[in-house]
Amino acid sequence: MSPLKIVGVALITSLASTAAMADLVFPSLSYRTGAYGANGIPFADGYADYFTLVNERDGGIGGVPAKVIECETGYNTQKGVECYESTKGENPLVYQPLSTGITYQLIPKVTADGIPMHTMGYGRTSAKNGMVFSNVFNYPANYWDGASHAINHILGENGGDIKDKNIALVYHNSAYGKEPIRTLTELSAKHGFKLTEVPVDHPGQEQKSQWLQIRRTRPDYVLMWGWGVMNQVAIQEAVNIGYPMENFIGIWWSGSENDVIPAGAKANGYKALTFHAVGNDFPVFDDIKKHVVDAGKAAGAGDQVGTVLYNRGMYAAMLAVEAAKTAQGIHGTADINAAQMRDGMEALVMDAAKMESLGMAGFGPEFAVDCKNHGGPGLGAMQQWDAGAGEWKLISDFEPSDMEIIQPLIDEDSNAFAEESKIELQECA
Amino acid sequence: MSPDVLYTIEVILNGLMAGVMYALVALGFVLIFKASGIFNYAQGVMALFAAMTLVGIQNGQVPFSHLINAIFGTHIHHFGWQLPAIVAILLTVVVMIIFAILVERLVLKHLVNQEPIILFMATIGLAYFMEGFGDLMWGSEIKTLDVGLPQGASLALEEYTLKWAAEGTEYYGMYLDKLDMVAALVALGLVIVLSLFSQYTKTGRALRAVADDHQAALSVGISLRKIWVITWCIAGVVAMVAGVMWGSKSGVQFSLSLIALKALPVLILGGFTSIPGAIIGGLIIGVGEKLFEYSIGPMIGGATENWFAYVLALFFLVFRPQGLFGDKIIERV
Repeated sequence: MSPLKIVGVALITSLASTAAMADLVFPSLSYRTGAYGANGIPFADGYADYFTLVNERDGGIGGVPAKVIECETGYNTQKGVECYESTKGENPLVYQPLSTGITYQLIPKVTADGIPMHTMGYGRTSAKNGMVFSNVFNYPANYWDGASHAINHILGENGGDIKDKNIALVYHNSAYGKEPIRTLTELSAKHGFKLTEVPVDHPGQEQKSQWLQIRRTRPDYVLMWGWGVMNQVAIQEAVNIGYPMENFIGIWWSGSENDVIPAGAKANGYKALTFHAVGNDFPVFDDIKKHVVDAGKAAGAGDQVGTVLYNRGMYAAMLAVEAAKTAQGIHGTADINAAQMRDGMEALVMDAAKMESLGMAGFGPEFAVDCKNHGGPGLGAMQQWDAGAGEWKLISDFEPSDMEIIQPLIDEDSNAFAEESKIELQECA
Repeated sequence: MSPDVLYTIEVILNGLMAGVMYALVALGFVLIFKASGIFNYAQGVMALFAAMTLVGIQNGQVPFSHLINAIFGTHIHHFGWQLPAIVAILLTVVVMIIFAILVERLVLKHLVNQEPIILFMATIGLAYFMEGFGDLMWGSEIKTLDVGLPQGASLALEEYTLKWAAEGTEYYGMYLDKLDMVAALVALGLVIVLSLFSQYTKTGRALRAVADDHQAALSVGISLRKIWVITWCIAGVVAMVAGVMWGSKSGVQFSLSLIALKALPVLILGGFTSIPGAIIGGLIIGVGEKLFEYSIGPMIGGATENWFAYVLALFFLVFRPQGLFGDKIIERV
């Protein structure tokens, strides 16, 4: 090979490696269209804006710029899988499918491809067992934690005795909506309350029968596992029948501004679970305004900043960035790959000092992830809608779930999955 | 009376009210199918678009503001006015008329004499176009629709019916949503107006002539294009009414376009060509699905309404393939 060719090859190789070094890729399987677009947009905006902030303010993650590749799923499982297949060649570090249906389809794929997946507050709950689900993470909380948080809240309101209470679960008649039933059944056996299941078919535009049933049976509390239009209609119907809103508790996917605003002032007092703070009273939002929104680099119009779903997307991105930093620290390189990112996620520690340094003190619970536990301690809080002020307010601290009930369920489900799928358990120290 | 009997009556009444809401959507399909033989897949999206336009105009939202801001770097969102509901409704009617004219000029005119399946495919394209166009024009966030319609339980009815239950039994009075009652009155008004229009006006008679026989109507000088525009205008107004009623419950959002799914069993049952059929079909579907959910639903896990509506419609289809009130299908050799 002539010296000229050698120089040429070296130059190309150098440029290629620079290109590879140039970006840490974070795919965003978003949905900005379709029946759930109104919820998908703020989440996707929050996710993208935080990476833009890190690039603009910090010069990337460990000096390497982050790149978000957005792929529209329309909340459709098939399209979600197509998005995964079309983006996995871009050396992605972590997937956030934002759909329980897509999550179930991607679990075997990401495991085979060695790419980590983060399903924050959704997906397969038993993925918390890191020994079985080596590449799936669902910190800081999952649906079963959510079910337990709701019951703990009711226990707290009733002095710890809910023996004769009747609790109804209004749920989206899908895999997602059915997730909490097993946990609630176990909790019902433990605490002695009566559980009434009230399914609602997709999309949930018409719920008259369900709410007539609730009006007849007068449950003491109503829990809701809904999404999209189902939430708005349920809250409106609850208002119509005069159900006390402070006894109506939604999961975190039933607790955004979109869900309560259509019902107007009468939605006041409605409660929903959450695993992060509400509002925009955190220094990080000043940075987002300065470096992202005012600089004209926001993913959306910038009018969603501080809303529940924007904050959730931003929080997911922040956790991804912190995991990437952890991975860079562990492996001593800024240019990490998916396997190294997985290690970073498995060693992620979110303590108060770190949150404060990010301008997000108290924004989310403190937690640590390890090889066995990919879900953290499952801390969650309760938020309540203040219709007068037009904002959600956090009315509790981040509190633990009932692991005495949940852990055996996780072990049972994950071990059954491992046996059925012939998965070799990950060895943990 | 025992509370069980009263609850059954309550379910039937609420079923009738829900049926009226379904019929409102089905009406739009029937009008267009009668006049042009087109199954308008875009009817649900028309309801969404009309409701979005109504909210946008009422709240003084600048159309295409996101697009304008993205291109020109501006920050305009609102004109700064809040219009009375009636003005916003009238302006929305104007928009729906312009929409009807554009559909005729840009789509239907070019498809005269094409097979019904081609026209159907064109309406699928129209539906997808309008979904995106509506989002671009008014934004995809969930909007609150408030045109002053009452909502919630009728407390007077609740109180009045409390004493109907046998003494010593637990009963909370009969529940009827005021919005549903208004929807029933509006639907009744619409049917009367449409019937009078088609029976006693020249244009109405022309509409019926076109519905009966396109060729014969053309031969006596009736303009097919003009009739199509009028039909789509009326369907647009009906879509707006349906959009207002449904949007008042759930807010104006994409899912409003899915209410068309609720109209399909009504159409199968009532027939695609009968206005009274749409109303009666809606009532049968509404009562049938609610009664089934109330009586059988709890035994089989609930959430039966979506599929039961179709089962009920198919059951009728076995005995009357043209629907209860549809034109009888006569094939001559």
